Amino acid sequence: MVVAKILSAAPHPQAERLQVCEVDAGAERFSIVCGAANARAGILVPAALPGARLPGGKEIGRANLRGVDSAGMLCSAAELGLAEKSDGLLELDSHAKPGTPIEQHLALKDQLLNLELTPNRGDCLSIAGLARELAAIYDLQQTAPVMRPAVVSSYEQIEVVVEDAPACPHYTGRVITKLNPKARTPDWMRERLRRSGIRTIHPVVDVTNHVLLELGQPLHAFDRPSLRGNVRVRRARPGEKLKLLNDQVAELSTKDLLIADDSGPLVLAGVMGGAASGVSAATTSIFLESACFDPATIAGAGRRHKLLSDSRYRFERGVDPGLQRKALDRATVLIEEICGGDAGPITEVGRAPAHAATVRLRFPQVARLLGHEIPAREIPKLLSRLRIETQAESADTWLARIPSWRYDLRIEADLVEEIGRLYGYERIPARAYAAQLPRNPVPETQRPANALKDLLAARGFQEIVTYSFVDPKLQSQLDPAGASLALDNPIAETMAVMRTNLWSGLIATWQYNRQRQMTRAKLFELGACFAAEGEGLRESVHLGGLIAGNALSEQWGEKSRAADFYDAKADLVSMLPHGDTAFRFVAETHAALHPGQSARILHGDQAVGWLGALHPRLTQTLDLGSAPMLFEIDARVLLKVRLPAPEAVPELPHSRRDLALTVAEAISADQLISAVRDVGGPLLRSVTIFDVYRGAGLPPGNKSVALGLIFQDRSRTLSIQEIDAAVGEIAVNVSTKLGASVRSR
Amino acid sequence: MNIDFDQLRREGLAQVGAAADAPAVEQVRIDWLGKKGRITELFKQMGAMTPNARRAFGEEINAVKEALSQALEARAAEFNEAELSRRLASESIDVTLPGRGENAGGLHPVTRTMRRIESIFNAMGFETVEGPEIEDDWHNFQALNIPESHPARAMQDTFYLLNGARLLRTHTSPVQIRTMQTRKPPIRIICPGRVYRVDFDRTHSPMFHQVEGLYVAENVGLADLKYDLQKFLSLFFERDAEAMFRPSYFPFVEPGADVHMKWSQPGQADRWLELLGCGVVHPNVLNAVGIDPERYSGYAFGMGVERLAMLRYGVDDLRLFFNNDLRFLEQFR
Repeated sequence: MVVAKILSAAPHPQAERLQVCEVDAGAERFSIVCGAANARAGILVPAALPGARLPGGKEIGRANLRGVDSAGMLCSAAELGLAEKSDGLLELDSHAKPGTPIEQHLALKDQLLNLELTPNRGDCLSIAGLARELAAIYDLQQTAPVMRPAVVSSYEQIEVVVEDAPACPHYTGRVITKLNPKARTPDWMRERLRRSGIRTIHPVVDVTNHVLLELGQPLHAFDRPSLRGNVRVRRARPGEKLKLLNDQVAELSTKDLLIADDSGPLVLAGVMGGAASGVSAATTSIFLESACFDPATIAGAGRRHKLLSDSRYRFERGVDPGLQRKALDRATVLIEEICGGDAGPITEVGRAPAHAATVRLRFPQVARLLGHEIPAREIPKLLSRLRIETQAESADTWLARIPSWRYDLRIEADLVEEIGRLYGYERIPARAYAAQLPRNPVPETQRPANALKDLLAARGFQEIVTYSFVDPKLQSQLDPAGASLALDNPIAETMAVMRTNLWSGLIATWQYNRQRQMTRAKLFELGACFAAEGEGLRESVHLGGLIAGNALSEQWGEKSRAADFYDAKADLVSMLPHGDTAFRFVAETHAALHPGQSARILHGDQAVGWLGALHPRLTQTLDLGSAPMLFEIDARVLLKVRLPAPEAVPELPHSRRDLALTVAEAISADQLISAVRDVGGPLLRSVTIFDVYRGAGLPPGNKSVALGLIFQDRSRTLSIQEIDAAVGEIAVNVSTKLGASVRSR
Repeated sequence: MNIDFDQLRREGLAQVGAAADAPAVEQVRIDWLGKKGRITELFKQMGAMTPNARRAFGEEINAVKEALSQALEARAAEFNEAELSRRLASESIDVTLPGRGENAGGLHPVTRTMRRIESIFNAMGFETVEGPEIEDDWHNFQALNIPESHPARAMQDTFYLLNGARLLRTHTSPVQIRTMQTRKPPIRIICPGRVYRVDFDRTHSPMFHQVEGLYVAENVGLADLKYDLQKFLSLFFERDAEAMFRPSYFPFVEPGADVHMKWSQPGQADRWLELLGCGVVHPNVLNAVGIDPERYSGYAFGMGVERLAMLRYGVDDLRLFFNNDLRFLEQFR
């Protein structure tokens, strides 16, 4: 693969789109058939001669293309693997020497390093900066690049007025005239830019990009004739607008820093150039800017206008305020080399500071923060590798002068880090120590949330973890009354609102698994839920569960039966704090639940949750087959438990009486039990419902409820007469209060 | 009265021996020892005898009675044993059939991993503290030395709410801030919980879990941090973890470090994996919460729970944790 010069290009006798090119490949001449539109006499291009192998592995041989012999192939950038796609041959420098291997001409033997720099190290966002850092890390001498000064050959100058010096501490610029508009960026620079992911645009712009990569200084070139009067660095005025290079029109605010001229805004300083004042193919004179801007100002503008650029990226991390003149001169030299032209003198406003900060460094602090003592004499040596000068202030204190590019070093701790990393973190031994322990034991009346999870897992539930942001559509179906909090910047439409309860996640998870042949699931999630409240919001941890499909997994020993309300209730009740009698389940309707199978959970008079079957309408809309059971409860009430206070175990036997009552359907178990308890007195220790019967033998609209009553006194054995009297009183009370009649006793 | 007691015994024992089942044994007992049994009848005749004759007769008849009783008991036990054996044989079941009722459920792998992390740190004297997931700018950023214009904000792209007035915490560090505001050193805590960042691909989830740690006391430095984290990694991975601390940057620590661990897998070249970030608490952070950085110093660290779970269990797709496919989750029971 060599550089070849096309000597002549003649039409192919048999094919309209092909040309037969005579090329000079150094030692020999070849005839090569080529289909590229830009193939023409005089240009230099890469030629793959017979035996050459393209990046894809294809070997080039001699070929006969429609009756004409072709000794190889003229190549595009894409064919060389230098571009994703290209139209036409890769044209090379006009002074390239035919026969030179392409690898040599384009200096392709190279390494690409991808570096991810932390945001504090803007000083390393250039080749020179990286070299400087590597020299410090490995304690090497840095070879500074040779940079000759620009030749100043004109007097032309533009006056620069900086109205906001804190936002622009240093500004330099110069006019360069009589540029050759036909100049072409040389291959070596094109290649360097390409490898750094930057497109070749225009020789002047390419030079500014090259200097950006080389030194880390963003530059901007204005088309000289489009400037009116002085250049001003100023804040935007309300209502000003600027059409940017990317054709976006920025509505400016007084926070934005501008480069402007007498006619108005030109550039959003440090972020992006304007469409009107940039260089174009016809540009023959420019004003070249090399300035330093305040990071916060640039970061703010970039964020406000949502603009990303290499310039913003560097300025918001901080550009060395001592770099502007050097970068301006470097760019001028490169422009002179490529485009010719007459450079004018530098206009400079502000001054490059000699160094960044002076920081006081106390020797004991190094050992304190690192936990390891580095000998005092080593410290100035380590710092000098970073070109930090130290001056002893007292026996164990130095004053450290930080070089201009290390604006990230501001306080003592910053220097301790530098000392530690140059010394080597690996040389700091791990220190076994006696921890100074605080004493904050968890109170025993605070049940860990993990206990709830274990309890549910033991009852057959699988824990799930779902996103805290959910589909607003699903949420409004499941919790129409909830005050959803919307994200300002959601990642997707289906993840746009914060969950008000856990059912969206539970149901979506059941849906997902049902679509994957799962026929039964018991799921729970414990997590924060969120609701808008007035101007603010409320965040609370909920526990939610779902039971779908059969009550038990498929098995031989039990009749299969769909899980129902009472299965879910048992699971929920198993989690209520033991002995807390303030919980009640009250029939109440919820938009997402079956109106006849839903209960609100009360703790005292506080509503703390819901339990019920999903509404049949939703079951159908969501295509869930049969209705899953759902519950959700504020976890706080589950986590507050009492300290056990056991009473003595009774020594005397208890007495049991069973009571079957016939009662109207509308009478609830709670009503029955409280009517029993109201008159049961202290002797009635417990009431259990052991049967509910409906059907033959009962008046229509009635059910029979069988109660097991346990009577006990702690100090004596109860007489049959006493117990009979108590049961009799109970029977009277349920009859008068609830119309219940005793079926048997 | 002349009675052949030997003959009587032989006759009785023969009848016992001839009894074919338990009721037959019972019949023999009634015939001989019952109220009107032959032995009982003989006892009744003793009343008319002289004392001497009565004694001799009594000894003989008692011996016969004793022999018969023993024989009857033994014969009955034989039949009982046989009966029990028959019953047991008829009652045997297939013990290989599965048990009845509910199967155990399970915990999510994130919970499982989080608990393991917590239990190790709890044993090392760290107390678990939790805090809100919706935070304000001050707790999530400013108090952590990340002012508004700081480029580090781009490291953690943030979800906002209420027109920017609130945000979803991007790390659990705000819990450290809240704790330092309300307690005095020594403070030794870990803060587990959900965190949120605007990022979504194979290796990034907009929601994930973190455990952050903080130790603030007198004379706490990088060397202590190295000790604790090395210890943690060795305990968590149940191997002698080789950790490398490399200089890094987080605005809330100075000096800062990334911790890499040597990862050896059979058949694979050793790799260094970046596991967590850490450092010595930045004096600006201590100042923000009213702790004197001249008197106290501290360290902080943060780790991604899913990342540790992926390494520990060999899971290569982060999204598996949040799809909640039961076929995946059930493998962590």
